[in-house]
Amino acid sequence: MSVTLAVLAGVLAAVGTALVLHRTLTRIVLGLGILGNAVNLLVLAAGTPPGTAPIIGRSGRFGDPVPPALVLTAIVIGFGTIAFLLAVAYRSWTIDGSDEVEDDIEDRRLAEADPHDADDPDLDADERSVP
Amino acid sequence: MIPLLLLHLLAAAACLLPGTRAGRRTFAVAAVPPAATFLWLLTVAGGVLDGTPLVADLTWVPQLGLTLQFRMDGFGLLMGLLVSGIGTLVMAYSLSYFRPHGDHPPRDDRAPDETARLAGLLVAFAGAMLGLVLSDGFFTLFLFWELTSVTSYLLIGIDDRAAAARAAAQRAFLVTGAGGLALLGGLVLLGQRSGTTTLSGLVADPPSGTLVTVALVLVLTGAFAKSAQFPLHFWLPGAMAAPTPVSAYLHSATMVKAGIVLVARLAPVFADVGPWRALVVVCGGASLLVGGARALREQDAKLALAHGTVSQLGLIMILVGLGTPATTYAGVAVLTAHALFKASLFLTIGVVDHEAGTRDLRRLRGLGRRLPVLAAVGLTAGASMAAIPPTLGFVAKESGIAALEDTGIGMLGPAALVLVVVGSVLTVAYTLRTVGGLFGRDVPAGDDGPAPIDPAAVHRPSVAFVAAPALLAALSLAGGLAAAPVGAWLAEVAGSLTPAAAEGYLTLWPGLHLALGLSAAAWVLGAALAEVVRRRERGDEPAPTVAIRAYAAGYDGLLRGSRRLTAVTQSGSLPAYLTVVLTTLVIALGAAWLRGTGPVDDVPWAESWLQVLAAVVTGGLALAMVRARRRFTAALLLGGSGYGLALVFLLHGAPDLAITQFLIDTLSIVLFLLVMARLPDRFRAPPSWVPDGLRLGLAVLVGVAVAGFSLAASAARSEPSVGDEYVLRSEPEAGGRNVVNVTIVDFRGFDTLGEITVLGVAAVGVVNLVTAARRRQRRDGATGPGTGDGDDGGRTDAGAPTAAEGAS
Repeated sequence: MSVTLAVLAGVLAAVGTALVLHRTLTRIVLGLGILGNAVNLLVLAAGTPPGTAPIIGRSGRFGDPVPPALVLTAIVIGFGTIAFLLAVAYRSWTIDGSDEVEDDIEDRRLAEADPHDADDPDLDADERSVP
Repeated sequence: MIPLLLLHLLAAAACLLPGTRAGRRTFAVAAVPPAATFLWLLTVAGGVLDGTPLVADLTWVPQLGLTLQFRMDGFGLLMGLLVSGIGTLVMAYSLSYFRPHGDHPPRDDRAPDETARLAGLLVAFAGAMLGLVLSDGFFTLFLFWELTSVTSYLLIGIDDRAAAARAAAQRAFLVTGAGGLALLGGLVLLGQRSGTTTLSGLVADPPSGTLVTVALVLVLTGAFAKSAQFPLHFWLPGAMAAPTPVSAYLHSATMVKAGIVLVARLAPVFADVGPWRALVVVCGGASLLVGGARALREQDAKLALAHGTVSQLGLIMILVGLGTPATTYAGVAVLTAHALFKASLFLTIGVVDHEAGTRDLRRLRGLGRRLPVLAAVGLTAGASMAAIPPTLGFVAKESGIAALEDTGIGMLGPAALVLVVVGSVLTVAYTLRTVGGLFGRDVPAGDDGPAPIDPAAVHRPSVAFVAAPALLAALSLAGGLAAAPVGAWLAEVAGSLTPAAAEGYLTLWPGLHLALGLSAAAWVLGAALAEVVRRRERGDEPAPTVAIRAYAAGYDGLLRGSRRLTAVTQSGSLPAYLTVVLTTLVIALGAAWLRGTGPVDDVPWAESWLQVLAAVVTGGLALAMVRARRRFTAALLLGGSGYGLALVFLLHGAPDLAITQFLIDTLSIVLFLLVMARLPDRFRAPPSWVPDGLRLGLAVLVGVAVAGFSLAASAARSEPSVGDEYVLRSEPEAGGRNVVNVTIVDFRGFDTLGEITVLGVAAVGVVNLVTAARRRQRRDGATGPGTGDGDDGGRTDAGAPTAAEGAS
């Protein structure tokens, strides 16, 4: 692995991170795509030194066939994820005209709730009210 | 033994069958297993007491070495007799207790199926308790221990519409359940240190060491929680929410003895270890005094008795916990006496409650004349509780005081003696107050209290109803009168705990010794105390105990704390979650990088100039995405960067990857453009949740960590790759020359199957989402998105895709 590839993987990861931290779903999807590219590059470049494509009959030093096989699967699955998220963005836009990822309403309500609301009213029930 | 346990289970299942209309008559079914057990125990008693324990094993999960191990020695026999004997009497008693009443409804008037549920749970408990006292294996013990906790919980909360009953059941279950966990921890540690998982094996060859001390403290904690010992005693009075037969059986005679049974088995061997004796004397003594003092203030006769139970259990805990032969013997005797008189008293109160409609000591009057037989029963059992001759309670306590006079264990012996004598004073006082309040007084103290009952309106109970408490009271009396043979029999029982205890004896006339003097002092002082309490009686309900309030505050705080923790950790914001995840990633990758295999030398700057060119294009286009303000631009930049990456793959010697990346990238751009044709062209203003500085700073950190980690990872290979083998086998075994292709379709074919499945699932999701979105758009007409009615915005028509229009 060369320093160039390492730096490239780092740059792609940084760009992906900067994008997924947005609230716009399209940006998040773009960021996921770039992050996926970074990881694919990392697995390939760190997994095998450069070499001849491992095809029987060719001459030269073969690269390891396992990392390309893994990454190939990952690329296709990454595409499936992107397609699904884009469909979610599209659906979100048809509902409220934006593709912003809102905070989870239930979670916010829980965080802001008065803790006494959900307390068990029986808790302080005096033991002497036994039947 | 095992068939009898199964019989209990069967009877419980029969009673709990849904829809049973038999009502209280199910108690007749429920009485069969305990009665059968009692008779069987009588037939085998001789052999067991001669020193040949009965052993039974039932293999449960042989792969894990889990076996249900039972062993009945003399002590197990005694406990079995108490559990099954009192169980039979309680079942018979319940037949009358739950009988519907003439002109005023009884306190525990319930629907037939509810009564049947009670009977089923009670017999289930009887089986669990029998298993508990007979179990020898650690995990058998724990299993039945928890079973008794669960059945106790269900029985306390049987009136599930009453908030107080539910709260009391929960409290009892949390305390005994937490104690059960401590017990499990202790047993596991003991099993680890000793290499045995049976109580008999543990006692035969006791381990030692710090871990064993820790384990024993854990075991004691579990025993204290179960046997309602200070400071874990507060759940027991609340358990009185259960119907009186349940209280008599579980919460005075049997279940609360479980901790004492365990301590009695371990104390002869482990009492010398670490803080064992100190803990026993402090906690038992505190229970003795706290329970006794509180029993003097309760107005509900049942609650007064419940606090008295805490007190008596403290006494028994001290005696069996000290572990000397004499105290062990006395503990067994007091335990037996207590089971008899306390069950009798509870059942007596149940009769009073049933016939008079109340058990409030301020309201009861004139019952001594109205119900003379019941009064005699109550007085006899009370005499045994207050240790007045000639009852079993008296002879048992005499042996206890005598045993404490000379224990040979240092200062703890005299301390325990003082505690027991003071406790006896309290016991005499609360016995006089409670039993006197039930039957003795004609005019209740306090004029402004609740209205007293009319004695003439009190029903006379049937013979069958009084039979159970009367029999138990008679046994309390007979045990005292026949002190010598009963004592000899109990000596054989106690001899199974520690051989030297077999020399113990009971005697009705001990002679003019110190023990008798202390007992007499307790009678006099107790009577005086009762008189003082009577004169100062204000007739009000005492406030909840400190322990109950502390428990409630702790429980409350736990709920509040967990709510705050949830509010912090579960903010509901995606950027916040991602920040946490990515920060963790940076730390993990950074740690892996810094702890890597050493300096990464001989890494070339680049492998070719073409590689540098491709990397600059890929990275540069990606960087431009961060600044992009238009969706369209950003999507095109992603595509361009992907093409650059395909070139990098190609240069690295992976043409298959390059072509896949190229094709998938093209497809992605098409997809993005399709969707973005609908969305506004420009992004909205950047979000405010994650400030830009933090966002970009985190991004840089992730980049540095990934770059460093990839260098460290590439230098970290320690084993040759399996890829070499793939290359060798590709052509001969799979008939393919392209090793990467062969790997995907053959060597790692299942990976590919999974991949196809993921794609299929994603495709179904996409089709549904797009179909639903289209349908909605059509409904909204030309108004376009964002202006439609918001009220049905959440509807998702996730039906099957209708036509080809849904295809993405």
